Amino acid sequence: MERIYLDCASSKPIDPRVLKLARRYLKHDYGNPSSLHSLGLEAKRALEDARIKVAGLINAENEDTIIFTSSSTEANNLAIRGTALRNIGKGKEVAASAIEHISVLNSMKELQKNGFTFTLIPVDSMGVIDLGKLNEILTKTTTVTSIMYANNEIGTVEPIREISTIVHSKALYLHVDATAAAGYIPIDVQADGIDLLTLSSNDLYGPQGAGALYIKPGIRLQPLLLGGGQERGFRSGTENLFAIAGMGEAARIAKSEIEREAKRLREMSDTLIEEISAIEGSHITGHPTQRLPHHVSFRFDHIEGESILLNMDLYNIQVSTGSACSSKTLEPSHVLLAIGLTHEQAHGSMVLTLGRSNKMEEVSAIVKAVKETVERLRRLSPLSKKEVM
Amino acid sequence: MAQIGYSKKVMEHFMDPKNVGTIESPDGYGKVGNPVCGDLMEMYLEVKDDVITDIKFQTFGCGSAIATSSMVTELAKGKHVDEAMKITRNDVASELDGLPPKKMHCSNLAADALHEAIKDYKEKKEAKEKVNKRAKKTQ
Repeated sequence: MERIYLDCASSKPIDPRVLKLARRYLKHDYGNPSSLHSLGLEAKRALEDARIKVAGLINAENEDTIIFTSSSTEANNLAIRGTALRNIGKGKEVAASAIEHISVLNSMKELQKNGFTFTLIPVDSMGVIDLGKLNEILTKTTTVTSIMYANNEIGTVEPIREISTIVHSKALYLHVDATAAAGYIPIDVQADGIDLLTLSSNDLYGPQGAGALYIKPGIRLQPLLLGGGQERGFRSGTENLFAIAGMGEAARIAKSEIEREAKRLREMSDTLIEEISAIEGSHITGHPTQRLPHHVSFRFDHIEGESILLNMDLYNIQVSTGSACSSKTLEPSHVLLAIGLTHEQAHGSMVLTLGRSNKMEEVSAIVKAVKETVERLRRLSPLSKKEVM
Repeated sequence: MAQIGYSKKVMEHFMDPKNVGTIESPDGYGKVGNPVCGDLMEMYLEVKDDVITDIKFQTFGCGSAIATSSMVTELAKGKHVDEAMKITRNDVASELDGLPPKKMHCSNLAADALHEAIKDYKEKKEAKEKVNKRAKKTQ
């Protein structure tokens, strides 16, 4: 069976065009961008070229607003802890939505341990931020509010511009984790009113090991890593040039293809959503229309997500789940609980994230595998015969 | 090296589980877990002269929950109930060539379900014997 990879939110292959450009920084052009000799200068040029391309993807004011990190996890840590700690004189309150990535939530909790007040902003049953609550929660002393552009587990896209208006009328800085959205939705940090924005290289089909943080001109933050003062002092450590140059090229390609690719993926995911919705006891998770173009997420009554994942893998189709059984903590996904699902409902989740390699022709094989998987696992399940859920 | 993913045997039992289903008016019935934790197992026994002649299960849960259920039915079938009572969670796991460490507790309930079913059988049997004794006395 041909592989059908539907777990692009977890990891993506490097785009061959990216690899072609970036591999020279592993092999021939191995200079350190901080060195002043010719090999160093060549590396520095590659680094700055990547910065321009990443700035271009999000329409940043200029390339100096971009700080490269090792991952979006590091970018989230730097944005939240770095900004809150540097601006501690302006307030000791921080806020984040209940469906943020764990790197955002744990950064917030770390601040909480150090005397900050951390407030969680609830979402509705479709995963949309409760704007009324946001307005209530924020105060003049809320320095960092973190809300993601779109959610990786349920696909919901947040009304970022409305959120930005509220944040800036009541509080200080808005951090947006755009890891899941970038490359699928056009992002304009200036028009959207974003102060800090997180990006990931791999989510753009670049190499793993690079991320970026956009910092609006004028915002000050404290570095997490101290050393040689690379990245304008915000992030010391010799730059991972292979990954960063790759991220730049990946950002350039993403920008040039975003419209066409989003349309293509939307058609495929719409068809999948329609067909999977027809299965009895299936429920879409997240917003039905205000969602990422490549994102298909469901939960099924009476069956469990890890079994779904394993069974789909038997068809050589790779999917993801928010079930407790597949997590390190054995807790179901906090995102699924935040949208109001019960534990038993959250156990039955399946997430399909499409990418460049997927084609419309694959839809029928995917739907067939999902149907057969659901039927088979329900035959094994004691819950199917009773109305427990 | 730590075990990565499931063993081949777990996957075999996941793909093709043995003794799936229910038994109508079983001699013993056991149920453990609950759907809130993500694992629920039901075990059905048919017993003749204290020997398990048939056994069926239904399981809601992850791969190891399904595989351990299947394995425990294989181990228990044909055994005297007192022998079957001695089957432990560890027996089930080792017969499957091991389980990932975090799955050892939460998804390894199959032996417990079997034990519950045997206890149920014994209670029913005792109750029946009492009735029979009384019946004999009144004769």
